[in-house]
Amino acid sequence: MSDISEESVRHLAGLARIALTDAEVTALTAELSQIVDVVAQVTSAVDADTPATSHPIPLTNVYREDVVTDDVLTPEQALASAPEHDGSRFKVSAILGEEQ
Amino acid sequence: MSKAKLMDYDKALELFEPVLGFEVHVELSTQTKMFSSAPNNFGAEPNTNITPVCLGLPGSLPVVNEQAVRYSISLGLALDCDIAPSSSFARKNYFYPDLAKNYQISQFDEPIAVNGTVEVELPNGRVFHVDIERAHMEEDAGKLTHVGGSTGRIQGAEYSLVDYNRAGVPLVEIVTRMIEGAEHDAPELAKAYVATIRDIVLALGISDAKMERGNLRCDANVSLRPRGSNKLGTRTETKNVNSLRSIERAVRYEIQRQAQILADGGTIVQETRHWHEDTGATSAGRPKSDADDYRYFPEPDLLPVVPSPELIAELKAALPEKPVERRRRLKAEWGFTDLEFQDIDNSGLLTEVAATVAAGASPQAARKWWTGEVARLANAAEVDATSLVTPEQVAELAGLVDEGTLTDRLARQVLESVIAGEGSPKEVVDKQGLAVVSDDGALIEAIDKALSAQPDVLEKIREGKVQAAGAVIGAVMQAMQGKADAARVRELILERASAQ
Repeated sequence: MSDISEESVRHLAGLARIALTDAEVTALTAELSQIVDVVAQVTSAVDADTPATSHPIPLTNVYREDVVTDDVLTPEQALASAPEHDGSRFKVSAILGEEQ
Repeated sequence: MSKAKLMDYDKALELFEPVLGFEVHVELSTQTKMFSSAPNNFGAEPNTNITPVCLGLPGSLPVVNEQAVRYSISLGLALDCDIAPSSSFARKNYFYPDLAKNYQISQFDEPIAVNGTVEVELPNGRVFHVDIERAHMEEDAGKLTHVGGSTGRIQGAEYSLVDYNRAGVPLVEIVTRMIEGAEHDAPELAKAYVATIRDIVLALGISDAKMERGNLRCDANVSLRPRGSNKLGTRTETKNVNSLRSIERAVRYEIQRQAQILADGGTIVQETRHWHEDTGATSAGRPKSDADDYRYFPEPDLLPVVPSPELIAELKAALPEKPVERRRRLKAEWGFTDLEFQDIDNSGLLTEVAATVAAGASPQAARKWWTGEVARLANAAEVDATSLVTPEQVAELAGLVDEGTLTDRLARQVLESVIAGEGSPKEVVDKQGLAVVSDDGALIEAIDKALSAQPDVLEKIREGKVQAAGAVIGAVMQAMQGKADAARVRELILERASAQ
């Protein structure tokens, strides 16, 4: 069994800014535990020396040249989907907290 | 913000040992961003350097900038790091509108460079080895402007405006290991360390490294350990430090602030603190808490970076001289005293002085102009000295003084005109007719005129009161609007006195 507790579900919900009711916390605790248990079965198939897979296709060093291309947006395009803007910048509600 | 009580610095050092750590962010001067082909340039109109990737629009995918990887490897090598045979990207998840995706692409458990060391020489000659834990690649965040409220700071803001031009600009974050043993030199070490990183990235040509623009940013971790104790104190992380001078001041301030709190029986809160240049103090920011739970996980949209041994060898072969070695070589080549060299160190203009010497100026003249008049004008205008003039212009100016075309006083006048954009020093001299009058005939004419107004001067000189010549020299300089070589005028007056 995984060690997903109600406490960790509440913690995750807080980090993800998702408001959960007590009933939802109980339900999600059970569901997440199941999911983690299923995923954890993978560990029985590998030993400690097997490197973690970060991508299904064994590719490395996929790069792009350092050149500006024509997919640069105009400010109008960039702001097109903004709920609010001041004509050149996105407008967001004041958020109490600090820059990361 | 109430002013914190500060303990006297020497007393703080008597009671506590400062322990430091630094995180330096370097913006790379690539043409495009880390994961998108949007332009990477400073000062563009808001939201004009944007592609769908910069906004995290659905369906957009990041692709790694090869040049940024090369720059990062070069920097890792210059820091004497091991380059990871395979390194990968990770998502750092947090909610803040400076990145539209709600995560920053960074590196977590597989950074590109690890286990380095940087040799740092303090102005007093002490050499320090700062160990580097890691240097990793990541993307910069956008710029927020807080609107409303009285201070323009986040507290009390009504809303914020976001410019994503900087979002996605390639960064390398350099993290040191814990630094012990700096003792009294801790603030100077902080400054010298960041200056050394700046010198390294400038020599590599991988960053503009202008601190006032945020190309180079330092977070300083400071904690205090009571003398005789092995237990580390609680640390604070000071951000928003954007000049070399501020780093030194901020570290000194934190040592004094923490010492006073501990001596009063208080405890240090582990938190982010913000440096305020205007008040010379730090203030409390965000406490370290849940917000630091970034839930890193491997970035599924990007593939591992596996640099070939050939690439690493190629970049290693192209590394420039190390800053400490360069300092020693230049100091010896130029024949400067410790004090003269310290002048340059303190101004942070070694690169400019060296370029001026390379452009033909004598080392002394180059030093004098940069750390003297140029630095003074830059201070007065509150701008970076490097933004005022080029090393070539300074070398040209020094050359004009050397050949006798300009006196120091005239040269200072020419410098101001050059800074005002009126052309090269030579052009300014021609345009304004500022060259020194070297024609003895014209000088003698002016001297005669001055002597006729002060007829007893020659007599006084003959009696041994040579200083009497001063009044005549002054009158001649005034008559010639400063365009005379005072030493030559003096010579001519003395010749005249002894001839009669």
